[in-house]
Amino acid sequence: MDFHEKLVQNLVSKHGKDRENLLPILQGVIDQERFLSEEAILKISKEMSIPAADVYGTASFYSFLDIEPRGKYVIRVCKTITCAMKGKNQIVLAIENFLKIKVGETTIDKKFTILQTNCLGWCHKAPAMLINDEVYTELSPEKVVDILREYKEKN
Amino acid sequence: MTTTATKKQLHRIDLIFNNDDDCKEILRNALSRSDQEIVNEMVNSGLKGRGGAGFPTGLKWKLTAESKEKEKYVICNADEGEPGTFKDREILTRVPHKVLSGMAMCAKIIGAQKGYIYLRGEYKFLVPDLKKELRKFHDILDELGLDFRVEIFLGSGAYICGEESALIESMEGKRGEPRNKPPFPSVNGFKGKPTVVNNVETLAHSYTILKFGAKKFRDLGVKDSRGSKVFSVSGDTPIPGIYELELGMTVQDFVDDFGDGDCKAVQVGGASGFLVPRKRFAKTTIGYEGKLTGISLPTGGSMMIFNSSRSMYNVLNNYLEFFEEESCGQCTPCRVGCQQLLKGIKAVKRGEKPTSYLDQLLKLTETMKLTAKCGLGQSVANSFSSIVENFREEMIY
Repeated sequence: MDFHEKLVQNLVSKHGKDRENLLPILQGVIDQERFLSEEAILKISKEMSIPAADVYGTASFYSFLDIEPRGKYVIRVCKTITCAMKGKNQIVLAIENFLKIKVGETTIDKKFTILQTNCLGWCHKAPAMLINDEVYTELSPEKVVDILREYKEKN
Repeated sequence: MTTTATKKQLHRIDLIFNNDDDCKEILRNALSRSDQEIVNEMVNSGLKGRGGAGFPTGLKWKLTAESKEKEKYVICNADEGEPGTFKDREILTRVPHKVLSGMAMCAKIIGAQKGYIYLRGEYKFLVPDLKKELRKFHDILDELGLDFRVEIFLGSGAYICGEESALIESMEGKRGEPRNKPPFPSVNGFKGKPTVVNNVETLAHSYTILKFGAKKFRDLGVKDSRGSKVFSVSGDTPIPGIYELELGMTVQDFVDDFGDGDCKAVQVGGASGFLVPRKRFAKTTIGYEGKLTGISLPTGGSMMIFNSSRSMYNVLNNYLEFFEEESCGQCTPCRVGCQQLLKGIKAVKRGEKPTSYLDQLLKLTETMKLTAKCGLGQSVANSFSSIVENFREEMIY
């Protein structure tokens, strides 16, 4: 029995098998693994008696329920209007240059993924981004590199 | 380029963020009154839904209370995703007890034992503090003998889940696709049971109404737009942030107060709202009256200011990219419409389509308004037409 099975079993016994617990369970897998692998989806399907296609269909609807492998730290830069007006592109460029990957890609050590996302609700402190669940606001190209440097040193 | 931002300041209201905490007394007092009395108080206050749609709150509670079902739910909609809106997070951070009191009061009146806060995934960092607040609040409820519990349900990054029936679908573990209405959630909501879905701010206002009475709330605002409203101000302004203001101001008053002196246009109500160009500032008021006529504009509180350095083409392009991604894809007018509008303005900008193509696109938005299943697809026309009609020259190569 590998990691997915135990993780999924624990989540299902914590939340319950009813359909309305599907989102919290999917979110629980994301918290641990940053994405929903095929094995994880199949296991959830089996444990909750929901067709796998249905689990996949639900997961793929939500932008935070990633179905592609992601790094340990998922960076989501807000690209909606105010952040775009306040220099979002420069932030993305600074991140890309620092990590040497493009938006949508993951670093080779699987530590970072860069994504863009829709309005994060920090328009008064634009530009903003999320790293996993952590919010960073009033970014500048220099500031964002400082933040990432700290993450690079973390495990 | 500086103007006098302080010349005629709008009256700042301090009802929501005033950190008074009389939950226990207010709930105790409310419990001693009849449900009918409280519903009447809510109806008389004139409070309308603060998420943007503006449905009368008292009526919503009344309709749900009338159902004979035993199992009912109260849901606080904290899936704040409209571009330019961030007030609900601030309310939940600074005065969560007011929101919870509103939920408990609603639960008592409609007869619900269970409530949920549907919190957008982007605000997950709020969860630990909210949980602490919930524990405190549940103790108060136990003391008062009110059988009601609130849980947090996290979203996962889908704008459409702010639409109440999509929100309910999402809570049921499904794709967040809006339902056909009717039936409305007051009849057929979460798990098929009667459900009240109220915006965070609406619930916080109900605390104010219970505390001070309907009259104090009603005395603010104008005609059909009563009370105060929390506005999220962003864009080209020297003082971005959150402000509680009286409803019924003109956009001109707003710009005099918040603009940077070079204001070209204001987007009222986020990407799904209307763009007001400078020539209409004085003629446009903020409120529910004359809804959707473009003379008085309802809003969830998003006020985005653009100065003359901004290209309205880029603004519209950004909105359409947003809608194209956030359309749930369920109904064709919205799914295909958003794609075609985005493709269309790009083609006109590049000169691949004649400028008259913009008129065809305007017709398309009219069709979307009539045929899209939910508010998302229906409201794309608002920003599209108000930008294309007022800034046509900027759309053209």
